Amino acid sequence: MSNLSSSVGIVTPQHADFATPLPLNSGHVLASYRLTFETYGTLNAARSNGILICHALSGHHHVAGRYSPDDKAAGWWDNMVGPGKPIDTNRFFVVGVNNLGGCHGSTGPSSIDPDCGQPWGSRFPVMTVPDWVTAQARLADRLGIDRWAAVIGGSLGGMQALQWSIDYPERIAHALVIASAPKLSAQNIAFNDVARQAIITDPDFLGGDFYAAGTIPRRGLRLARMLGHITYLSDDGMGEKFGRMLRSGEYQFGYDVEFEIESYLRYQGDKFSDYFDANTYLLMTKALDYFDPAKDYGGDLVAALKKATASFLVASFTSDWRFSPERSRETVKALIAAGKRVSYGEIESVHGHDAFLMTDQPYVDLMQAYLDRVAEEVNA
Amino acid sequence: MTTLTTLRPDLQLIADWVAPASRVLDLGCGEGELLAWLQQHKQVNGYGVDFDVNNVVRCVKAGVNAIQGDLEAGLAEFEDQRFEHVVLSQTIQAMQHTEEILQEMLRVGREAIVTFPNFGYWQNRWQIMQGHMPVSDDMPYQWYNTPNIHWCMLGDFENLCAKNHIRVLERVVMTHGRQVNFLPNLRGSLAFYRVGRV
Repeated sequence: MSNLSSSVGIVTPQHADFATPLPLNSGHVLASYRLTFETYGTLNAARSNGILICHALSGHHHVAGRYSPDDKAAGWWDNMVGPGKPIDTNRFFVVGVNNLGGCHGSTGPSSIDPDCGQPWGSRFPVMTVPDWVTAQARLADRLGIDRWAAVIGGSLGGMQALQWSIDYPERIAHALVIASAPKLSAQNIAFNDVARQAIITDPDFLGGDFYAAGTIPRRGLRLARMLGHITYLSDDGMGEKFGRMLRSGEYQFGYDVEFEIESYLRYQGDKFSDYFDANTYLLMTKALDYFDPAKDYGGDLVAALKKATASFLVASFTSDWRFSPERSRETVKALIAAGKRVSYGEIESVHGHDAFLMTDQPYVDLMQAYLDRVAEEVNA
Repeated sequence: MTTLTTLRPDLQLIADWVAPASRVLDLGCGEGELLAWLQQHKQVNGYGVDFDVNNVVRCVKAGVNAIQGDLEAGLAEFEDQRFEHVVLSQTIQAMQHTEEILQEMLRVGREAIVTFPNFGYWQNRWQIMQGHMPVSDDMPYQWYNTPNIHWCMLGDFENLCAKNHIRVLERVVMTHGRQVNFLPNLRGSLAFYRVGRV
């Protein structure tokens, strides 16, 4: 199957504006907001074949396809979403949405606050996973989808899928929670805080209100991304790809780029700092840190999941140390104890946390098998 | 969904022991054929456990909940007394932690169903007398590539149960899908035990 023939093709983002205030976990209220989203495939007459894709830290609504024929890069999950692919757009109506606080079209810190005509900047409220899920549910209302055939996400996206099953049990048939965790560990929060400190201490950050000054906290963003990138790869994977390879073949006894891994990380950091909003990065990492659906239930995840009626697929990757298999097994254990239907795959992979975006064969097979069942169930 | 009308005879015997609408854990569930049948015919609520991700995929295809996991590491994903039946079908002889898995099965379940090839079957004894390790339909491996490391006969398994204060509730011995009542340790190739806590 060639990539071209199995692509959703040329896609166009859409916008939905909401005037109903959105009360947030933080106590703030977002008076009005916009969600930017994309859809692929066709909603069936029963409106039963909708699949929501939730994005992770640096993701967005552009899940599959290209914006123009000469667009260099396809959507971030183009290898999983498309005609004949596991998330099959011939059978499902797939929705990708940019979360609130994002920087790809939905209302976020870099958008204009209608109250003052200036970018929100530091005044933009911190978002949580349940806030996003509420906003996504309103988008579902707008699209006429009462019940998702599945909500799917990796990492922070998996947290949203899990939250959906708890907050809207009657509106989700299946939750696919991939390379995720029921809450972050201290080590994980620590990594996030180093990333945030890199951004916040950048002199160009200006307390978050750098838009008017025309600056970008590029150094901070770059460091945050470099650090993040290290944690998304495995030691073995990095070793396999870069080893100790030198760009010039010899030690230069200086501090310029020498090792290939340095070059790679700096390139990734530079690229990221060109397009990603610093405030969005801070907000996304906070949403990760705060996620803990068991918190309202005295720390009891089983109790939190009791009212869920969805079926679950949980998947993890052996070399993922940022969201390790042990963390996914916590979710599985709680789901079993709560008596839920759940399958769990622990995929052998060298790709670390990034494996959820890759195509290791057992992973693709598992997704395909599970989504075939979903399609059968909803007559997609 | 494909409807499974017939089960392999050894799996059918296990299925007959399972109460309708009960909670079942199938350890080393393979492609999930037992659970698929039980779901369709006895409305059980179950999970399979298998080490091989490809078996997890096959279970998912069959509509069976499957958890990828290593039985040697125990059953930490499952809380105490979660299940009415815990099944270990023709796997115990290939396990390192034989005693531990028995104990774990009766921690998470009220009853355990354990089946294994009977090493005391006369054809096995005959092959040994001829100077070779037994190879048969139930034991299709050579000595150098067999995953089966803990062979036993009926009495050996029963002694292990007694040592662990486990009571044998029911025993059936079969050869070629037929029940054997006379001289079972000599004439039976497959042993089926239903056991519980004393």
